[in-house]
Amino acid sequence: MKARKMRKIINLLSIFFLAISIFSLSLYAQKNYCIECHQELEDELLAPVEAFKIDIHQQFGLSCADCHGGNPAEEDIDLAKDKTFKGTPQRFRIPEFCASCHSDSRYMRRFNPSIRVDQLDIYWTSKHGQLLKKGDTKVALCTDCHAAHGIQSATHPKSWTFPWNIPQTCSRCHSDTNYMKDYRIPTKQWDDYKDSVHAHALFEKKDLSAPVCNDCHGNHGATPPEITSIAFVCRQCHPSAGELFSQSPHKKAFDEMELSECEACHGNHKILPPSDEMLGTGEKAVCIQCHESESKPYQVASQIKDKLDAFIEKIRHAESLLEQADRQGVEVSEPKFRLTEANSTLIFVRNLTHSFSLMEIEEKIGDGEKVVAEVIKAGEAALREAKFRKTGLIIATCFIFLLSIALFLKIRQIDKKTST
Amino acid sequence: MKNILQSIYFYLDTRFKLSDLIQFAKKKKVPEHKYSFWYYFGGICLFLFILQVLTGILLLLYYTPSVDSAHESIQFIMSQVKFGWLMRSVHSWSANILIAAIFIHMFSSFFLKAYRSPRELTWITGFFLLLIFLAFGFSGYLLPWNELSFFATRVGTDIAGTLPLIGKHIKTFILGGPDVTGATISRFFWLHIGILPLLTVIILGIHVLLVQILGMSKPIGIPQNKVKEVPFFPNFILKDSLGWMLILALIGVLCVFFPWEIGQKADPFAATPIGIKPEWYFTFMFTTLKIIPAHIFSIEGEMIAIFGFMIGGLLWMLVPFLDRNAAKERKSSVFSFLGWIILLYIVVMTALTYLLPGL
Repeated sequence: MKARKMRKIINLLSIFFLAISIFSLSLYAQKNYCIECHQELEDELLAPVEAFKIDIHQQFGLSCADCHGGNPAEEDIDLAKDKTFKGTPQRFRIPEFCASCHSDSRYMRRFNPSIRVDQLDIYWTSKHGQLLKKGDTKVALCTDCHAAHGIQSATHPKSWTFPWNIPQTCSRCHSDTNYMKDYRIPTKQWDDYKDSVHAHALFEKKDLSAPVCNDCHGNHGATPPEITSIAFVCRQCHPSAGELFSQSPHKKAFDEMELSECEACHGNHKILPPSDEMLGTGEKAVCIQCHESESKPYQVASQIKDKLDAFIEKIRHAESLLEQADRQGVEVSEPKFRLTEANSTLIFVRNLTHSFSLMEIEEKIGDGEKVVAEVIKAGEAALREAKFRKTGLIIATCFIFLLSIALFLKIRQIDKKTST
Repeated sequence: MKNILQSIYFYLDTRFKLSDLIQFAKKKKVPEHKYSFWYYFGGICLFLFILQVLTGILLLLYYTPSVDSAHESIQFIMSQVKFGWLMRSVHSWSANILIAAIFIHMFSSFFLKAYRSPRELTWITGFFLLLIFLAFGFSGYLLPWNELSFFATRVGTDIAGTLPLIGKHIKTFILGGPDVTGATISRFFWLHIGILPLLTVIILGIHVLLVQILGMSKPIGIPQNKVKEVPFFPNFILKDSLGWMLILALIGVLCVFFPWEIGQKADPFAATPIGIKPEWYFTFMFTTLKIIPAHIFSIEGEMIAIFGFMIGGLLWMLVPFLDRNAAKERKSSVFSFLGWIILLYIVVMTALTYLLPGL
């Protein structure tokens, strides 16, 4: 009996001491003296601790020592800065510093099997990388675009490399005239981009697929596109317009004159929403930049614009008829739906203008005009119906009122008779 | 020609005793006094019900009660069927005017104490008719299968589902499943065109029969010398017809200038649109449920409101037995006062739904 009791006590004590040991070990393991000390410091020595709280590396279980070396378990600063301690890397060494892990596919696979590991190689091909190699440390490095200690995934909306933050990230240097003065490149790209159709899509429509700086210039391999490659950059998202242009007579002429394709008419950073005014021979038309008046291409441009304007006018007329009918209470959802077909044709034709083929454009507009004609017919019928309803109402109401007056007179007559 | 008509009349009279009916109609008298105007709302309700039946039958020729084609068939009626727009608009507008007319008829009967003995059953059948027409409205609202009606039905049945113990079963029974689906549209359709019309014919028949047998109630407190009696036929019926004509003209104007909308086809996977609310005649209950505190003495506020409406409805139906003064031909100011409070509550709550939608 006594032996059983003793065994019970020993077992309980063992469990107690084991729990105490695990608890103490866990406390010891959790202590990171890099953070403990830096937390007590100020300004730039405190900043890494604050920023690291949201850092993606921290989320993957990495800590100060994984990049900077040293022994975070040591409370004593001299002991902590052991022979593995790397400290803050020199600015020109940062790409290799980050690449020591990010270019190691075996290491990176532990955290993300599909992550790319060629960023450093690509970086050396970029304008930034090339200048860095020449000893220019003002150029953008990993930490300039990703931050040093508050690095967030590019998919995080607050990340510096999230689509709607990228223009600001790049413009921190590229819009700084003072910083950029040695490079002799424009600094109004960000201002131009803000007015562009792409910025409108990104910032107002929140369309994350809208291109930002890196979509055209590359990110780690950022470099200005050459004249010959601009068209390929645009074609990534606008393949149809690009193909039509390639088949057009303009392709050969542009190549011969070494003109950039899309950019020549649409611009680069300030790509404004395309308008029909860009076509034809009007003041805002881009065709007149090259084609002299009375030349054949000039006349074709004018004809294309006229055809397009006439088609648009017909669509607007059909829309107005349907709106009028709708306001008057006639059900016109079917012709309205049919009109979307004409509007689709209009979008198609606007794209087709990149072929500069009057014949093709005329043919497509012809198809659209047939649809519009049907819609106009339906709209006119709907308006006739609205008129018919009102006329019918007037006749019916008159009849009802006449009947009511007759009834009223009869009632009065009967009432008189009853009272007498 | 005259002989032929006489022969037909004789044939029918022999079989249906028409002369007795004519004699009854000739003898039937209606009291006339300063409140007689309110009598005509009964006739207006009947007229609007007939309009509902006629236009409903015509709509049935084209309407298809299924998720895939309900909305499309309504669109077809509104755009392709000759005078389809008129039939649907008359059906929808007159349905709404009918509910309003029923409320007016009910409250005027209440304030004139027309429910007192021996007309208790007339009041009770009238109350059932109100419930039936509210059910007509609720079921008919879903049939076009548009966004508003779909989500309003979902919200409405969700409220029924909150009742303890039986709530879920009631909701499942109404919807034909846990949510508004094709099964619901099928159920609502048969309820709307089969069960409810049958119930209406029976109860309306009893209601009208009681009115004919018992005659119209004279208000309490009006001296006998101030009440004269006029023949039902033709004096009263002609005035009734005049009211019908005016209502018909009003419906015509509404249909031409404000044809009933079709709305967007319901998308069960879409999020509930902001500001969804039921038809106007349910909004006083809807707003009450919205503004009532979440918990009152640790009981769910919504539950208290639902039970409140149920008990309130029951008491309203039993008013003829509760108002002892009226039964003794004495003025019953307390009931009149309560009636005004209830009316004011309904009007204020309905107005709040539209004036303060974000309540």
